[in-house]
Amino acid sequence: MNKKRSEDASIREDTSSVATNSETALRDKVRKTRGVVWRSLLVPLLATVTAFAIGGLVIIATDESVYEAFQDGIGRGIVQVFIVIGRAYGTFFTGAFGNPAQIVEALFSGNAAQIRRAVYPITETLRISTPYIFAGLAVALGFQGGLFNIGAEGQYFVGGLVCVFAGYSITGLPQIIHLPLALLAGVAGGALWGAIPGYLKGKTGAHEVITTIMMNYIAYRLAEFMLDVGGPMARGDGRPVSPEIQLSAYLPQFFPNRVDLRVNAGIFLALGVAWVVWWLLYRTTVGYEIRTVGKNPDAARYAGISVPRVMVITMALSGALAGLSAATDILGVLHFMPNSFFSGYGFDAIALALLGNSHPAGVVLASLLFGAIGAGARNMQGMAHVPIDITSILQGLIIVFIAAPAIIRALYRMREPEEDEELALARG
Amino acid sequence: MHKRLSMVLVSVLLVSFVLSACGGGGAASNVKVGMVTDMGGIDDKSFNATSWQGVEMAKKELGVQGDYLESQQQTDYAPNITQFVNQGYDLIVTVGFMLADDTAKFAAENPDVNFAIVDFAYDPPIDNVRGLVFATDEAAFLAGYAAAAGSKTGKVATFGGISIPTVTIFMVGFEKGVEYYNQQNGTNVEVLGWSTADNNGVFAGNFESTDDGRRIAEEFMSEGADIIMPVAGPVGLGTAQAVKEAGDAWDIGVDTDWTISVPDYKDVVFTSVMKNMDAAVFDSVKMVTEDGFGGFGGESYVGTLVNDGVGVGPIASGMVSSDVESAMDDIRQGIIDGTINTGWADYLSSLN
Repeated sequence: MNKKRSEDASIREDTSSVATNSETALRDKVRKTRGVVWRSLLVPLLATVTAFAIGGLVIIATDESVYEAFQDGIGRGIVQVFIVIGRAYGTFFTGAFGNPAQIVEALFSGNAAQIRRAVYPITETLRISTPYIFAGLAVALGFQGGLFNIGAEGQYFVGGLVCVFAGYSITGLPQIIHLPLALLAGVAGGALWGAIPGYLKGKTGAHEVITTIMMNYIAYRLAEFMLDVGGPMARGDGRPVSPEIQLSAYLPQFFPNRVDLRVNAGIFLALGVAWVVWWLLYRTTVGYEIRTVGKNPDAARYAGISVPRVMVITMALSGALAGLSAATDILGVLHFMPNSFFSGYGFDAIALALLGNSHPAGVVLASLLFGAIGAGARNMQGMAHVPIDITSILQGLIIVFIAAPAIIRALYRMREPEEDEELALARG
Repeated sequence: MHKRLSMVLVSVLLVSFVLSACGGGGAASNVKVGMVTDMGGIDDKSFNATSWQGVEMAKKELGVQGDYLESQQQTDYAPNITQFVNQGYDLIVTVGFMLADDTAKFAAENPDVNFAIVDFAYDPPIDNVRGLVFATDEAAFLAGYAAAAGSKTGKVATFGGISIPTVTIFMVGFEKGVEYYNQQNGTNVEVLGWSTADNNGVFAGNFESTDDGRRIAEEFMSEGADIIMPVAGPVGLGTAQAVKEAGDAWDIGVDTDWTISVPDYKDVVFTSVMKNMDAAVFDSVKMVTEDGFGGFGGESYVGTLVNDGVGVGPIASGMVSSDVESAMDDIRQGIIDGTINTGWADYLSSLN
């Protein structure tokens, strides 16, 4: 049955490509596709630039030294505005990517400590991006299937609980077995927590927004129960945290045994999984079914797709990705699990999926941006004394402009998008 | 018009990056103190804010340089500590036992840097870390005794934010203080919201929602309680509001003296259980600034009734008789001598 449908689909693709098989038409099509890709990048890019510009105004408006300088005269005030904003975004840039001169100097010096310090910012950006990629993919996959998974946070918790349990309780295994096992445990926990709302939606029509929110609360309380002092998974030193995982479950670090440089193999896993999600969505029958149900469940049912089954699969996969997000944080960074694990990833992930237009590549880029914002804002907090809350302001502004592209188009005098492009954007 | 606006925005950005090289600077002082907050943030009106007051006090009185970095997630602790280590800070204060693992790792890696951690003590101790812990049960016991004496309805109540030892220590001491009052005076004052025997009580589940604080207080009051101790940071402000509106009930402040720190509700503050984290932090900074400071040597600071690390605030006037006040002086001495048991050690050992 499935096979037949995919054959049908490929036949349809064949015939359509025959129709445009003349060389110039093909070139036209490529150029057009390129244009669409460029334009689909343009709005997020301009949204980001605008968000940073407005964020700059917020930084200026909340800096006392600017007001003091303006009391000395307008000229002094204007100079101070540029000093404040320059210091803020300068430290932001070096916090996210490092100081280029320092990196070059360190590489030439060959001094290990100097190199470590020079590359530290970029390692933090990658480290923060890693769980974002998984969480963003989780929500994006749901969007592709027409499901709004607000439960990534809860799936993250449950995935984390199962993963950390596998990480600390199993002993005596070599890393090559224990690590994948712990990762799979995270996948299983998240998938289970995601599949339940998927099943409820498919079988009874219960709206996934409601059920995933409720599942979040159950997950929080479950984690508290398991990890609170005296709980079954508590470490027993008077703190509500799990025991440390075994060394054999650690994700390998780029810089072994460094407590500050925490970037680890999780980033490769994230990029690999992003590719797998793309392949699944656009190159497999299951992906075709997910996207079909996402576009029009009634049409999908008419075409013989079991919509409830696809919904369960979509939510389980989405939950699995959220579980991996927790697994990489636990196996790669924290090495234990605290009871109040409020990561916020589940909610940031909605923003990432929107920003990435629900496409795996877009999600990866959006996650790298959010990772840079996270690392940059922290450095800005330390070096320029800008409150860390600027992260939420920047992320919020970016999302506002993505969600209302008309503002960006009006601001930068862009023309209206073609219809198919509009559809592609609206789908997210 | 639009074009002009966007040009301005873009040029502001560009100039900013160019000018970024000219930033930095500032008055240098020889001792630099960095504080890493837990997730509640610097203005949580609770342990982060109180600890920061200790640093502010040190800035004013000792002339040290003091800065803080806020953590928004558990994964932020390490990079925040890294930032202070890389910038050569002399003392790094980490706030809250959730930072204990990261603090220990960085302390081992950087033996020349001094650390102090609020609400945690290592066993075995780490040489360059000073654990700052508080026997809050001692002060809460006194508050419980006073509340039992001051209650008109014969019912008092307490609830927590999240069930963690630094919260339950208040509740255990409070209940034991009420019990002691009953024992001494042959009364039967009830405690709602916590039972040490059952290891169970009422928790808001967070440290943020003032609505939860109000809702829980209203429930307690409808069950007849007239003095309520919320151990939940800002959640307790909702409780104070509910108590104020009810008119015939009282609130017990925690961490700081609420007649001073929360002046809006000073008329309904029965007393406060003070946990003077600011004093402990200040004391640690002072040690580092002293001539010939040779490291903490793994010693912890334990705030007790003796060193004023913990204490009770003034009791609202007219609420308890002078007999009760003098009895409290005896109890205070009894706790210090060890003749009166606050129940915390027993509770802890019952958990394991």
